[in-house]
Amino acid sequence: MSENHLAELAQETVQQALARGATDAECTIREGSEFSVTVRLREVENLKQAGSRVAGLRVLAGKRAGSAYTSDLSASGLDRMVASALELAAITSEDPNAGLPNVEELGAIPIDLQTYCSDIERIETPVKVDLARAAEAAALDADPRISNSKGASFDSRISRRVFANSRGFAGEYRSSYCSLSAVPVAREGESIERDYWISSARSIAGLEPAAQVGRVAAGRVLRRLGARKVETQRVPVVFEPRTARTLLSGIFEAVHGESIYRHASFLAGKLGEKVAAENLTVIDDATLPGLFGTSPFDDEGVPSRRTVVIERGILRNYLLNTYTARKLGMKTTGNAARGVSGNAGIGHGNLFIEAGDRAPGDIIAGIAEGFYVTELMGSGVNIVTGDYSRGAAGLWIRNGEFAFPVSEVTIAGNLNKMLMDMEAIGSDLEFRGSTAAPTLLIREMTVGGR
Amino acid sequence: MTFSESFFPSRFAITRGDLESYLSEALAQGGDYADLYFEYLSTSSISIDESIVKSATQGVSLGVGVRVIAGERTGYAYSDDLSPDKIRQAAHVAACIAAGPAKVEKTPLEEGRKRNLYPVLTAPHEIAFLDRMELIKRADAAARAYDPRVFQVQATYVDNLRHVMVATSTGVLSFDRQPMARIGVAALARQNGSAPQRGYAGGGGRVELSFFLEEKTPEHFAREAARQAIVQLEAVDAPAGETTVVLGPGWPGILLHEAVGHGLEADFNRKKVSAFSDRIGQQVASPLCTVIDDGTIRNRRGSLNVDDEGNPTQRNVLIENGILRGYLQDELSSRILGASPTGNGRRESYEHIPMPRMTNTFMLAGESDPGEIIRSVPKGIYCANFGGGQVDITSGNFVFEASESYLIEDGKLTCPVRNATLIGNGPEALRYVSMVGNDLQLDEGIGICGKEGQSVPVGVGIPTLKIDRMTVGGTA
Repeated sequence: MSENHLAELAQETVQQALARGATDAECTIREGSEFSVTVRLREVENLKQAGSRVAGLRVLAGKRAGSAYTSDLSASGLDRMVASALELAAITSEDPNAGLPNVEELGAIPIDLQTYCSDIERIETPVKVDLARAAEAAALDADPRISNSKGASFDSRISRRVFANSRGFAGEYRSSYCSLSAVPVAREGESIERDYWISSARSIAGLEPAAQVGRVAAGRVLRRLGARKVETQRVPVVFEPRTARTLLSGIFEAVHGESIYRHASFLAGKLGEKVAAENLTVIDDATLPGLFGTSPFDDEGVPSRRTVVIERGILRNYLLNTYTARKLGMKTTGNAARGVSGNAGIGHGNLFIEAGDRAPGDIIAGIAEGFYVTELMGSGVNIVTGDYSRGAAGLWIRNGEFAFPVSEVTIAGNLNKMLMDMEAIGSDLEFRGSTAAPTLLIREMTVGGR
Repeated sequence: MTFSESFFPSRFAITRGDLESYLSEALAQGGDYADLYFEYLSTSSISIDESIVKSATQGVSLGVGVRVIAGERTGYAYSDDLSPDKIRQAAHVAACIAAGPAKVEKTPLEEGRKRNLYPVLTAPHEIAFLDRMELIKRADAAARAYDPRVFQVQATYVDNLRHVMVATSTGVLSFDRQPMARIGVAALARQNGSAPQRGYAGGGGRVELSFFLEEKTPEHFAREAARQAIVQLEAVDAPAGETTVVLGPGWPGILLHEAVGHGLEADFNRKKVSAFSDRIGQQVASPLCTVIDDGTIRNRRGSLNVDDEGNPTQRNVLIENGILRGYLQDELSSRILGASPTGNGRRESYEHIPMPRMTNTFMLAGESDPGEIIRSVPKGIYCANFGGGQVDITSGNFVFEASESYLIEDGKLTCPVRNATLIGNGPEALRYVSMVGNDLQLDEGIGICGKEGQSVPVGVGIPTLKIDRMTVGGTA
């Protein structure tokens, strides 16, 4: 279906809703296609290819909101969607803060943010299959202890998002994404482990070479062989970039507008206060060209932007959409996010911790006894209190060097205190997803083991 | 209901001949097996926050998935358009996985034996929206009334009605109407300016709306959420390290789901990447443990009349008196392993390839009195409620998060402790089970299981269990 057609459809649907009694309306249409191939033990295991579309509508009847969605984009399907949304807006509660963004807040970043690259659509299936095959082969051939594999995959997605509202906003953008990953299994005696490596990009040309993906995955699984539990103790904890990123999910939830107005965050009410060590700066920026959290406008039609969340340890901004901004008497930060229907929630763009000046090797070299975390399990972070307790695996640090692999342990602390105890920040910041962090050293946490 | 009266034939004029011809198209390039999965899903959700019904959404999605299996290879495509051209096009794409002449003797489609584990006359989804909205208003009021220290309440009600039809090249033709409804309540409490604490409770199943009016009311879930938040106000730091753990009955059965359930899914075992690979017949748990996965319990969240490959669900014994007995199979793994399907082939939607998944996983009751179990522990921790969990099936290491637990001192529950993660190893953890209670309970119907990016509803259950050794993660 042509791009103009979808854009017109969204605007017509908004007009339909107004004509049938809505006081405001916003319509999202998403069209996407996906491809994935998994190779296991050098043979193709799964191959999937398909596309789909969905439309969503939110209407306001005064201060009441109702939403509906449909995968049936025919005239009758959209007609039923409009009726469904209006039916609900007749019975929900009046909410004094409900409403669309003000007209002057609407808009889109005018430059090409490079969220789409056509090579994903151009390159033929056999080439994509070969990438997965080569990634797995490099892992399998890396060492005789690589005994098995959970496979290697190439995945890609292309999508178009169209948005229109009754305040005159109409916009759309395309995005592309692809990834290449390998998951080898290694064995030595009784010890069996798996690990993975994944490279993601907006274009196939932007992926790490397949052989490198496989070799890195192999290296990561081999160093886990013979992992053991350690005694329960308090030690310095180093998060490698892959696990450091997960701390940003906690920070995001804690500065999320909904957590703030509900007082359900350990950072609620702390704007302008010191909440982290002075070396810590956290930024959300959805305008960085070509990255994974980049978009020209948010899911309410407000331009994307750069927001400093924590600046040298001081909490500067929450991440807000129009609704939470009104609740808090503030301005939206352009962080509205939703699927295609429902009230807008909040999402982040590229949320990252600014790189520090310490080489990761230096950070490790300075630790007499500590734990280097390469994998986290479970979701044990309580944003209300900051309590942090998760399963972990990684490497033990002794006298500044990796001594032996560790597994089946937990790490515990409090996110609030962990941010304050950020002792060192690595220089190795890399954007491998919509959150990114360099190596981080936390002064002390509880490692739970024997 | 006959085939022609069922949802897809009557609504989209799909005939038996159409299905057979799509299956032929799917096997045109060769292959051992093909299937079609038609899905029409209607959903609604309503939520209340600050006593305001801020959001209500309803929607529909429909589509068909076409799968071709050739040896261990799977080709998959789907369409959100049920027109013959689009279905044929999907069949053609899925067929690309195979090469060579079809090995399949085409079998005429035949409807399987019928049963109905959730004979819901009127699905909640078909009831007036206002009646369903009333449920969350009641939940909001009840949580606030429970205790003045409760200051924030959010309640959400969601339901859906899924019509499915499966047709396979082995002649299976099945259709099902699958209702589902669930309430969830979250409460925040605080006292004297201290940090707030959170409680959560929820439940439901493949039930009629009367379930929430007569059996498990909004007030039941609301008070439970409020109670948990209030309990946490007094909580002390959790200890860290190895200790004796007693799990309360019901939802803490998530232990089984993580510690053994995933590791017994046949795909991981045929590929020999599970910590349980090649261990059938071996002792993997204490002789007190018998673990069942049963997709046939009436009205339960994890139950299905037929799985998403058209095979009837059943009661499967996974571990019997500590001995590993069997795996959870889907069509592909059972073909490769020469085993019978166990009715565990499930998928999130028509866009997804089926995999072996759990249904309702639980441990049979033992003989111990729950009070006696607690009295037998000089020092340990009692876990009454959990958040979620996760497992690495290759090493067997798993975690789960206790959301309500208490210290056990000299055989008595003393003070509540803060949220802590517990960690263990699947093939080892259940060896340390030394007492099993006589109080088996299933959870209230809130489980969502994620695997390789696909979410499906599941149930869990255990009686009170004593585990002599497990690592508790502690707080701070």
